[in-house]
Amino acid sequence: MFGAGGGTSSYQEVEDADLIVLWGSNARHAHPIFFHHVLGAVRRGAKLYVIDPRRTETAQWADLWLGPEVGTDIALANTMARVIIERGLVHQDFVEGATSGFEAFAASVQPWTLERGEAVTGVPAWAIEELAVAYARAGRAQLCWTLGITEHHNGTDNVLALINLALLCGHVGRYGSGLNPLRGQNNVQGGGDMGAIPNRLPGFQDLHDADVRRRFADAWQHPIRPEYGLNLSEMFDAMAEDHLKGLYVIGENPAQTEADSALALERLGRLDHLVVQDIVLTRTASLADVVLPATAAWCESEGTVTNSERRVQRVRKAVEPPAGARDDLAIIAELAERLGRPLGSTDSEAVWEEVRSLSPMHRGMSYPRLEALGGIQWPCPDEDRLEPPFLHGRLWADDPAERGPRAPFSVVHDAPPIDRLDAEFPLRLTTGRRLDSYNSGVQSGAFASPLRRGETIDLAPADAAALGVVEGETVRVVSRRGAVQAPVRLDRGLRRGLAFMTMHFPDEVDTNQLTIDASDPKAGTAEFKASAIRIERLTGPEPATPTAATAATATPTTPTTPTTPSADR
Amino acid sequence: MTDEPTTTPPRTVQLTVDGTAVSAAEGDRLLDVCRSLGTDVPTLCFGDTLTARNACRVCVVELDGNRTLVPSCSRPVEDGQVVHTDSDRVRHSRKLVLELLGSSVDLSLTEGVAAWNERYGADPGRFGEPAAPAAAGERDRLITGEHPDPDPDHAATVAQPPKVDNPLYVRDYGKCILCFKCVDACGEQWQNTFAISAAGRGFDTRIATEFDVALTDSACVYCGNCIAVCPTGALLPTAEFDLRAAANWAPERQHETTTVCPYCGVGCNLTLHVQDNEIFKVSSPSDHSVAHGNLCIKGRFGYVHVQPPRRRTG
Repeated sequence: MFGAGGGTSSYQEVEDADLIVLWGSNARHAHPIFFHHVLGAVRRGAKLYVIDPRRTETAQWADLWLGPEVGTDIALANTMARVIIERGLVHQDFVEGATSGFEAFAASVQPWTLERGEAVTGVPAWAIEELAVAYARAGRAQLCWTLGITEHHNGTDNVLALINLALLCGHVGRYGSGLNPLRGQNNVQGGGDMGAIPNRLPGFQDLHDADVRRRFADAWQHPIRPEYGLNLSEMFDAMAEDHLKGLYVIGENPAQTEADSALALERLGRLDHLVVQDIVLTRTASLADVVLPATAAWCESEGTVTNSERRVQRVRKAVEPPAGARDDLAIIAELAERLGRPLGSTDSEAVWEEVRSLSPMHRGMSYPRLEALGGIQWPCPDEDRLEPPFLHGRLWADDPAERGPRAPFSVVHDAPPIDRLDAEFPLRLTTGRRLDSYNSGVQSGAFASPLRRGETIDLAPADAAALGVVEGETVRVVSRRGAVQAPVRLDRGLRRGLAFMTMHFPDEVDTNQLTIDASDPKAGTAEFKASAIRIERLTGPEPATPTAATAATATPTTPTTPTTPSADR
Repeated sequence: MTDEPTTTPPRTVQLTVDGTAVSAAEGDRLLDVCRSLGTDVPTLCFGDTLTARNACRVCVVELDGNRTLVPSCSRPVEDGQVVHTDSDRVRHSRKLVLELLGSSVDLSLTEGVAAWNERYGADPGRFGEPAAPAAAGERDRLITGEHPDPDPDHAATVAQPPKVDNPLYVRDYGKCILCFKCVDACGEQWQNTFAISAAGRGFDTRIATEFDVALTDSACVYCGNCIAVCPTGALLPTAEFDLRAAANWAPERQHETTTVCPYCGVGCNLTLHVQDNEIFKVSSPSDHSVAHGNLCIKGRFGYVHVQPPRRRTG
């Protein structure tokens, strides 16, 4: 945000905050040790607000849980913004001195009365008002979010809506107040920082910046083309259009993790050549023309990763990899060599020194210093000092020159999920993680977890009763794209009309057969959080709800009656 | 306007430890001062990430003007204190603590005990032969307030078979000294899961799940933050327990390497304990700002995917 791609605050600041909002985040299960910091704050007396359609275990720790309808986050944020403006709680000095676009933004949220906010989000007006007032009045307030905000067709707008709230109240750029996306993988942050995204070079430097390109071109003795690449969703679109014919996948399992997996598999099948580099033979690897066995980056090789508080930390080799597995760096280097472009040393520290020479925000982080300090947060331009633990402190500078570019408000509009609910698909399916599992289960599936129950379709008890299904009963879950079978689990944390699944067990239940490939145009993140489904019983009398009509939108599903849960393919 | 926390420098106090004048910061504990002087004070229930419980009393020191010995792990420094860490009273008290614990609890995996026994002349065997171990579950069924007649010929013990009721960790309460660190780590000091607490009274006290249900029926989330603070090996990862049970324990073939957890973006540091290229335990450095020694189930136990025979190439 405001030109830096990272959360603004440190974990310690979360602990020191007066108010914490977890928005679309089940941190108790998905980020358990981050939640320790939240608990530290709660134990100290901080207020915790949790916004999640599900009443999760995280929500059970909250002073107040707000359960909006899936995909109504912008409506909720805009309604809060209107409350803050109407009640005169805007941080005037900050808004006037450090932001731009307030007037247009204020006008845009004018229609979002509490009545309308309640009607659209399903959150009681008093709760929206309470949160808005508490957030605006808090001395130090943290706004943290996870995939409940970003895995929508308008995920970027969702984030902008949250940034608007922080700007209104001056809750960014100072100790204890901030905006923090909690990263889902150990190096999501570092990957982006290193330029493993379509529009950046290492150091999160813009590919369209000619000075930046020149520096890299000089260092690499090779011109840098000023063209943004494709993000993941755009790649799959390009595969569909046959523009992209070769794919090199490193440490990703898109055959099972892409939304609408039938579509993803079809697109992967169109490729002329698929190379997969991974630590085990994933489903995607089993489709590949060439599989390159790699070491496990977190314990079989050396390097760095960057966490959600922008802390660069060392990963180290603890165990010898299996015979034949090679370091990612070594594989890439040899590939480059065979392509006639040798990359130089594959020693991790030598590569890191190259990063330091080209990325100003990493310049002060030598390996010995990373070791001595238990990691260092970026930016760290100097080797003899540390910057404040939070970003954007400049916005509070007295001197306008030092304050720099203004942080812009964004006008964002409510846009409901693409996959509409109707009589045929009346239930809203959302997805997420469970405490003991991780993504498609490639890693977490190996250990024997006493908590693991396998995939289920979680339903509100009232919905299950209306459907005439009971806990443990295997049902068919049908969306406009596909169908799977899974046992029912009752979850009192779900309101009527809301269902939940994970994607941890794709070999047994391929949840992504159901999800929709509707992606955010800016971030390329698919709307995993909002699919429309219906539940069909496999046995007993047919449910009263019509199922035969409207063949136009229904994907063909062959009725079968297996006794064990399995994916319908 | 950055509103960074302002830290007022703490006041300095002057005290004497074993005849040496020393200054310390207000808020420090006597144990901190002793350690900064290089004075070795034995501790069992003390944990650097936990509030002192004063349970084991092995760290006691003598304070002039104080009627009783004081636990150095929790006693704050004060101006003018005169502290003795090796007086006869201190030595006698530590000796008795070590004898009472050593006679009733299996301290074979407790670091430092052998050397302390020698230093303080402790003889845990002097109360007689240990009584026969309790049967599995026997101690858990003891009723508060009801005690059998004491057996004058044998030393009472907490010996009992280890509880193996889940695939991830073993509870070997024959090694439990009731330091309560696991309870505090599971409870409000860190994990806030509250799966375990103390049950029973007096010598019958034990650490138990609610109604003594198996871990798999309890509130336990298998974070293993109890294992991390256990000083006696009463709580061990199954992989380490099995390695020791198979008499294949070989510290000379072990190493520890600290890296970063692969699950989620919080960035918890993992210290992998490896023997013969196989991970048998995962801990986390207690002095690191991200996790303070804590982990979740995935970080603590989710390493199996890199272990043979699950993973092979070719």
